Amino acid sequence: MITTLKRIFSAGFLNFWRNGWLSTATVLIMTITLLVWSGLLLLNVVMTGILDSLASKIDISVYFSLDAPEPAIKDFQQKIQQLSQVADTEYISRDEAIDVFKDKHSGDSTLVASLQELGSNPFEASLNIRAKETGQYGSIADFIDKTEFKNIISKINFAENKTAIERLSHIISVTRQSGLVLSLIMAFIAILVAFNTVRLAIYSSREEISVMKLVGASNWFVRGPFIMEGTLHGVFSSFFALSVMIPALGVIGPRFNSFLPEINLISYFYGNIWQIVLLQTAAGVALGVFSSLIAIRRYLKV
Amino acid sequence: MIRFQNVSKIYNSQSAALRDVSFSVDSGEFISLVGRSGAGKSTLLKLLIVEEKPSEGRVYFDKRDVHKMRPHEVPFLRRRIGAIFQDFKLLPQKTAYENIAFAMEVAGKPKTEIHHDVPLVLDLVGLKDKGNNFPRELSGGEKQRVAIARALVHRPDVIVADEPTGNLDPINTWDVIRLLIKINEMGTTVILATHDKEIINALSRRVVSLDKGAVIRDENPGRYILS
Repeated sequence: MITTLKRIFSAGFLNFWRNGWLSTATVLIMTITLLVWSGLLLLNVVMTGILDSLASKIDISVYFSLDAPEPAIKDFQQKIQQLSQVADTEYISRDEAIDVFKDKHSGDSTLVASLQELGSNPFEASLNIRAKETGQYGSIADFIDKTEFKNIISKINFAENKTAIERLSHIISVTRQSGLVLSLIMAFIAILVAFNTVRLAIYSSREEISVMKLVGASNWFVRGPFIMEGTLHGVFSSFFALSVMIPALGVIGPRFNSFLPEINLISYFYGNIWQIVLLQTAAGVALGVFSSLIAIRRYLKV
Repeated sequence: MIRFQNVSKIYNSQSAALRDVSFSVDSGEFISLVGRSGAGKSTLLKLLIVEEKPSEGRVYFDKRDVHKMRPHEVPFLRRRIGAIFQDFKLLPQKTAYENIAFAMEVAGKPKTEIHHDVPLVLDLVGLKDKGNNFPRELSGGEKQRVAIARALVHRPDVIVADEPTGNLDPINTWDVIRLLIKINEMGTTVILATHDKEIINALSRRVVSLDKGAVIRDENPGRYILS
């Protein structure tokens, strides 16, 4: 058993080495496949980042009438927070609101002066509510409309922004879905190309396979070295894909950062480097091994 | 030892490669199958090594119907039958030595035995110095001798040779035939398929003649007669 395994391993290595050109071509195609996959993965990270940052900018604000007592507002906040659709809420009291306004317009002396002229604080306290998903704002607004706190609320800005929010959330969900579908299609095409390359490589060995069988080799004894070769193709192509990706990210990453500061591709890549390496190698090996297994099947029927 | 019992092989309704063929081969025999191209010689040998299945009838090896064997038993059968082909069927990526060693490796033979036996058979077929050559570096006759060495190395009960001299010049042809005789004298059954009249007549052993897929003559010793 161990002798057989050792023989299969060494035959796999030897075939890989002696089929130099074929191995190179297969590794090259599989490298491109893995690069497409990794590119799609990073593209997804970027897309998710952009969409998340867009989504996080959507919220609804509830403004309370000037005489609304703070404990009542706090009660309301607590109630809202218990809703399953709500991600978080932020309470801005009247004092905070005026401070924010003053900070923002500190250079504008007429505005500050007119505020002083007014004597009292004209700002209403408000509660910013962010939903877990962008599609849930409608139901949150409906809920607020029906609460017993209705009398302390002066306005909800959802109604005003309703179309904008709904359109944006629609765009986000469509983009997510089509991105996913597109990624799947691309990944599938990449698999097909790699699979066909392996198939061609095995096709060129079909005579050998039948000879091995006629000499009395069992199916696994014939398959073994091809599986070994597939594994080697996977390992090498994963190595090459990484050695293309790392410098490429070094070039693209910083440029990307300058116009999308929320998404740091490089830190994402290095933060997940082991997962990426492992995933890529596993994908390469799985691709190599499964393609070999499927491609070899018909030639084993001798 | 080997028995073909009412064997037919029909590829399509118009042509039958074999029609109701029955004969048996005893252990230690040297038997020649003769007939024109397409008479069914190769098909018979393919049925014996389970490369093809008969449409009707049975093929027995040591009292077992080889076509009733489970797939995992077939390799073991093939290790008891050494096959030699007109086109040599060597593994191009392996050296002569490795080609021969491969037949032992598939049977799970230990390294020491391989190191011991392969040089012996290489010597037997007269290729002691060509072990490290790849098939592309060998002549036709040398390739066929490597193939014979490979068929011999796991000491099979039977050697089946399908037109082994078809691609060889007269000198190499006789080298191969002499080798087969030698192998037979050492106790191995030999089944030789050929359409070479000279060889058959010189051998003066048992001859089974086939024509259009049917046995027309079975004589011992026989001659090459096709009417």
